[in-house]
Amino acid sequence: MIPPAFDYAAPTSLSDALALLSQNPEAKVLAGGHSLIPALKFRMASPALLVDINKVAGLAYLREAGGWLAIGAMTREADLDRSALVREKYPLLADTARMIADPLVRNLATIGGNLAHADPANDHPATMLAYRAEVTAQGPAGARTIPIADFFTGPFTTSLAANEILTEIRLPARRAGDGGCYLKIERKVGDYATAAVAVQINVNAAGVCTSAGLALTNLGLTAIRCAAAEAALVGQPLDEAAIKAAAQRAAQAAEPVSDYRGSEAYKRSLVTTLTVRALRTALERARR
Amino acid sequence: MPEINGFGHSMKRKEDARFLQGKGNYIDDFKLPGMLWLDIVRSPYAHARIKSIDTSQAAKVPGVLGFITGRDLEKYNLHWMPTLAGDKQMVLPIDTVKYQSQEVVAVIATDRYTAADGVAAVTVDYEPLPVVVDPHKALQPDTIKVRDDKDSNRIWHWEVGDREGTAAAFAQAATIVREKIYIPRIHVASIETCGCLADWDGVNKRLTFYVTSQAPHVYRTVLALVAGHVGLSEENIRVVSPDIGGGFGGKVPVYPGYVLAVAASVLLGKPVKWIEDRSENLAADSFARDYHINAELAADQAGRIVAMRMDTVADHGYSDAQASPSKFPAGLFHIATGSYDFQKAYMQVDGVYTNKPPGGVAYRCSFRVTEAVHAIERMVDILAHERGEDPAEFRLRNFIKPEQFPYMSALGWEYDSGNYHQALRVAMDMIGYADLRREQAEKRARGELMGIGISSFTEIVGAGPAHQFDIIGLKMFDSCELRVHPTGKAIARFGTKSQGQGHETTYAQIIANELGIPAEHVKIEEGDTDTAPYGLGTYASRSTPTAGAAAAVAARKLRDKARKIAAHLLECAEDDLEWDKDRFFVKGAPGKAKTIQELVFAAYTNHPSDLEGGFETVHYYNPPNLTYPFGSYICVVDIDRGTGQVQTRRFVAVDDCGTRINPMIVEGQIHGGLTQGFAPAMMEEMQYDENGNLYGGTFMDYMVPTAVESPKWEVGETVTPSPHHPFGAKGVGESPTVGAPPAFANAVVDALWHLGVRHVDIPITAPKVWELLKQHGAALEE
Repeated sequence: MIPPAFDYAAPTSLSDALALLSQNPEAKVLAGGHSLIPALKFRMASPALLVDINKVAGLAYLREAGGWLAIGAMTREADLDRSALVREKYPLLADTARMIADPLVRNLATIGGNLAHADPANDHPATMLAYRAEVTAQGPAGARTIPIADFFTGPFTTSLAANEILTEIRLPARRAGDGGCYLKIERKVGDYATAAVAVQINVNAAGVCTSAGLALTNLGLTAIRCAAAEAALVGQPLDEAAIKAAAQRAAQAAEPVSDYRGSEAYKRSLVTTLTVRALRTALERARR
Repeated sequence: MPEINGFGHSMKRKEDARFLQGKGNYIDDFKLPGMLWLDIVRSPYAHARIKSIDTSQAAKVPGVLGFITGRDLEKYNLHWMPTLAGDKQMVLPIDTVKYQSQEVVAVIATDRYTAADGVAAVTVDYEPLPVVVDPHKALQPDTIKVRDDKDSNRIWHWEVGDREGTAAAFAQAATIVREKIYIPRIHVASIETCGCLADWDGVNKRLTFYVTSQAPHVYRTVLALVAGHVGLSEENIRVVSPDIGGGFGGKVPVYPGYVLAVAASVLLGKPVKWIEDRSENLAADSFARDYHINAELAADQAGRIVAMRMDTVADHGYSDAQASPSKFPAGLFHIATGSYDFQKAYMQVDGVYTNKPPGGVAYRCSFRVTEAVHAIERMVDILAHERGEDPAEFRLRNFIKPEQFPYMSALGWEYDSGNYHQALRVAMDMIGYADLRREQAEKRARGELMGIGISSFTEIVGAGPAHQFDIIGLKMFDSCELRVHPTGKAIARFGTKSQGQGHETTYAQIIANELGIPAEHVKIEEGDTDTAPYGLGTYASRSTPTAGAAAAVAARKLRDKARKIAAHLLECAEDDLEWDKDRFFVKGAPGKAKTIQELVFAAYTNHPSDLEGGFETVHYYNPPNLTYPFGSYICVVDIDRGTGQVQTRRFVAVDDCGTRINPMIVEGQIHGGLTQGFAPAMMEEMQYDENGNLYGGTFMDYMVPTAVESPKWEVGETVTPSPHHPFGAKGVGESPTVGAPPAFANAVVDALWHLGVRHVDIPITAPKVWELLKQHGAALEE
């Protein structure tokens, strides 16, 4: 648990950080560090240079503007957890932030790092898929927007180029009838999910579902969006039958493997159970 | 003058000021000028032949100074070392590794980081060999032989009890229950890992060995025995065990890294530090438990237990490296008749070698009591359920009665004192047992799963009497040296070593109680073999029963001396004096008195001419018997049929450890111990695949509970003093770790019995419960 030697730079501007990345193809961005530093200590990663972006100003914020909630990539999980705005209007995000690791980790870990690291066991990827979020990537040629559905390309890989930095995450601002929920089964605080489900729905005054986002954590090589389950909900009155039908489809979309957290059958069953429970809670929240 | 703070006072712990302010002094805090670092290349295979070791690239890393291999040690006959169980283990291998993470090469460098770079640059070429992981397979005739120096994988066979009489009792019994019970391999996982700093002084031929050890005197003797032939002589070995960040039995054995650090310091003439990292600690240091028990229990028509039989396979890994008393290869496992009155019992245990790390240590456990208590408490519950009886009523009928003490158990232990009925009734009152049973019936009718589990354990601690107890021949007494200075302030030194138990406070309170010197004015020292009297150390809840008793006897010896001085000063006969808290007074004239401080001062300034000056003594206490703490625990769980998750709703623990010295410290010990009973019951297990690869080599996957998972503990007490201990104390550190696991397991099975579930092995994880629910048609698919 002793890392190999590496160089370290702590630029104070985004342009300097981007320049360092362009000059050093073997560099790695250091945000909250709670995935990268353990990887270094186990000698599973050995980047030649760490580009620490903690001193770059202006990357941590939460603001509603133009129909979006914009979140700076360096916003700490603890700040999401403590935010009254998030708690009040974005319950799916609030649930997710509170389930990540433990309070000590959340004080430093960032939402951008959680997404850019693209660990299929990380919690934000499923949540952002359910929200239909989009992200901003800054590179030498400027900024570009990536829909979250195009962001995760495989385990620990994304569509970010090596010389790009993820700077902002945007999710649709809350509308009337929105409700969401994140449910996670873990062996203990700080563990990765045995199974977790993110749901984000909208119901109209008649109780009919007008939109649905549903995604799974740690049940495949990336976070999995369950399009069939979503389709089963949209246009339906959100009753128990619709909820159970969606849960069945979510379980079919899961690609679990048996491991020390549980058998494939157990995890698939958890998807059903968690989806039903998450949809019930999301519906309750949508009606509030 | 401060309060005396004798027995029953919850004075704050004297040691906490430094711990709370970050001023503790742990092994890694020691730094010496010119100090070098040692790190270790370890085997990725559980069984392999070493074809070659190439250190040439590592030698080029700037700051890497040298290497030690098995071949190097072989020249000095230091490649093997004895274990405390009388077996032996490799320090470093010559040609074959026998478990994953075994030490292969030591790398010495100028600092910790360079040493790790050196380790990464060493290349070892292995030829993997077939592996045996399952101890039952290891006992089959055609299997892989783990130890080249042994005839078979059976280390020892041990049996106790009346085989024929027990068989006859089973033949006549009305009800017999049988169950396979596995007590999984777990790890002590102390927050401070193991480590040492060896400092060889080549001029004076003297070794100072700083090490995080629960038994520093034993370490000194073992070092002298292992390396006496190369010049380490016991008078020139000083072992210093500083503040310890958790021991739990894992810091009783001597590990290869310790021998390597000493060898490196002798070879290079510099102080050498070795501190293992978390994964090394989990993967290579001694484990605990790993007992496969076939248990049987029989009752007559009236529901009285008549006989017990157990047949057990004990997996020790590649070496029997437990720290067990030499006469008892399966420790005190034959306390397994528990709290119950029956006369026929028989058990046999086979110790087995496998390709796993050596052990196993007594993790917060007096030598296999945890295994014994789990087995009997599970079996008693199964028998009660099998008979359709309430497990509490069944226990109350079968307990040893208070008037039967001292009680000779079927397997030969003389229980000193107990009142099991009272402890269980107090626990039932505290938790509202009858109401809970009503609620359970209502919930069951609605399809909800709720369980109530009882554990009424009997512990056996305070090893031990010299005629029965020794480790590598060293009798298991313990000691106190007590010196009182002219101004009436004292220093006391002990052969034990606190690892968080609060000895600096508890021992001071014992001396305060016996001698009247305020506990605040009694300084306690342990852990330096140059100054402390010899003792076997702290583990198996033995400190208060042995060294605590030594403190009381030493204080009483000095009180006798104080009486002589008082008679001299007050010009009366010794028999005319009476003792009151901190002074002698003349009977009938309380005003004519001398305080302990006055008497001690006189011992230095004005003592009778026929008495030696000074005021100090030493006592080595040989306990006449073990002590038998006991208790009753009740646990209430709710089970989620959708996820298999078990929620502990309540947990009541009533402990009887005899006289309580500092009730706050006792309660703290119980809280910690209960959490370490919850952990293996519900979360912790070291699992190996068929190739001997460990799953759970980090705290991400070795499931130590946090405060979030841990239940809220409700504690109660009864007090039944030990009749043979100088002040009636019994020891408490381990009772809750020993007693808690079956309470959890019994609660879960109690919730599921009506579905057809008879048993579930610990740890009771959510997927395990879900599989049971699924098998019995009770899993809820939302």
